[in-house]
Amino acid sequence: MLVLAGLGVIVVGFALRFNPLAVVVVAALVTGLAAGMAPLAVVAALGHAFTAGRYVTVIWLVVPVIGLLERHGLQERARAVIAGVGAATPGRLLAVYLVFRQVTAALGLIALAGQAQTVRPLVVPMAEGVAERRRPLNHAARQRLRAFAAATDNVGVFFAEDVFLAVASILLIKAFLETNGIVVTPFAVSVWAIPTAVAAFVVHGFRLWRFDRWLARA
Amino acid sequence: MIGLPQLYWLTGAMFAAFAVLGVRDRSNRKRFGTAAFWGLMAMDFLVGDRIGDLASGGIVVALAVLAGTGQLGRGTVAIDAARRIAAAARHGNRLFAAALIIPAVALAGTLVLPMTGVVDPKQVTLVALGAGVVIALAVCFAWLRPRLSEPLDAGRTIVDAVGWAVTLPQALAALGAIFTLAGVGAVVGGGIGPLLPHGDRLAAVAAYTVGMAGLTMLLGNAFAAFPVMTAAIALPLLVGTFGGDPAPIAALGMLSGFCGTLCTPMAANYNLVPVTLLDLDDRYAVIRVQVGTAVPLLVFNTLLMNGVAFR
Repeated sequence: MLVLAGLGVIVVGFALRFNPLAVVVVAALVTGLAAGMAPLAVVAALGHAFTAGRYVTVIWLVVPVIGLLERHGLQERARAVIAGVGAATPGRLLAVYLVFRQVTAALGLIALAGQAQTVRPLVVPMAEGVAERRRPLNHAARQRLRAFAAATDNVGVFFAEDVFLAVASILLIKAFLETNGIVVTPFAVSVWAIPTAVAAFVVHGFRLWRFDRWLARA
Repeated sequence: MIGLPQLYWLTGAMFAAFAVLGVRDRSNRKRFGTAAFWGLMAMDFLVGDRIGDLASGGIVVALAVLAGTGQLGRGTVAIDAARRIAAAARHGNRLFAAALIIPAVALAGTLVLPMTGVVDPKQVTLVALGAGVVIALAVCFAWLRPRLSEPLDAGRTIVDAVGWAVTLPQALAALGAIFTLAGVGAVVGGGIGPLLPHGDRLAAVAAYTVGMAGLTMLLGNAFAAFPVMTAAIALPLLVGTFGGDPAPIAALGMLSGFCGTLCTPMAANYNLVPVTLLDLDDRYAVIRVQVGTAVPLLVFNTLLMNGVAFR
């Protein structure tokens, strides 16, 4: 029972709006102590796991290039180009981006796009450019458009990455089942990600279509 | 063989440069705390596997203390909108070409690098991404002729705006490892099992999928929730009692967890980082949009698992 104290720390720490990074680290320390580990052993275990997980943070390597191009007008150029392109709506543009994100993620190219790499420098300026060809966006509509762009990237990558055989979550599933005496091939697992990937496109695509109609009225 | 170590040197060098530039940024009231944070991240990347687990743990605790006591800040950056519009007109579509170098090299590298034998086959996409960054930087230097420190300054501005959230995913992965060490899964399963109506398969399936989504919302990470909920419900009940096929159960369980990821501020890199990147007023703006997609997909996953895993 005592090892659940870490979950309690997360719930309470989050509800009280403490800094999430601090809450996570305290929860890890509390869980280790509650499991009867020595204090220094808990800190060492946390340090080992943190250092072993550095690959998660490597993606931030892209920010010097993106930042430099933004200083030289990347976003402004994207707006200008799209503002001159023919028939398209923000919702349709995001639906096309959803397909791009799903197809590349299903090929294992998860780091190809993302919030910092593509959504901020390209997708949002393009979508805003399309929307503003008709009339200027008011503040609320602009905020909702940006939130939809960010959401489209997340939905696209989450529900397509598992179609790829060698993605971390599929390897985690295989490894976990094996430690419990069940042997599965990565293919047997990843094939079951396909129906949900299709459903994600249908559901989110429908919502983008409705967003276009909302935008036209707003 | 090129693999994660070389990427870690590159990333560590970048964080070290952010720390050095940051400490000189007098427009940032909290420049020393901010510089210390990126300096510690640089240390973890450059020497994290050589200083011992305890020292790495000390770095994690120090990062948490800096973040938790509000020592991180950002400087003021003057944005010259007129200059940017002029630059956009002058450079034209070549700006897109430069931005697409990184994904293009990542794509080409993923396909070509495994054949060369000089790259760790497990890490080709990340290595290719790193190569894309280096090539894009070289092209930008030759073309735009920025000051040597300008890309690093521009990158630091973005990273300072995001702040401690840069580190949260890595910390969450570590939390999941501690949960596994402590055996949190067995304890949760012992608590949930007796609550379910006896012999009701759909209720057990829903307990697993909704449980995955719920625990993922708490933890911010489906990877951390998966061992806990699968050990607690899926293996003893769905596979054991009802004789289900483990492959679709585990796959759809993980995807149900991803539905939870869409709905929680704990998944900071997906749900909170874009809020700062895109200058949104509402901290939960992205989550509010995503709930409408996540809930139908959670229902879909539950019904699909109930329909296909027990034939």
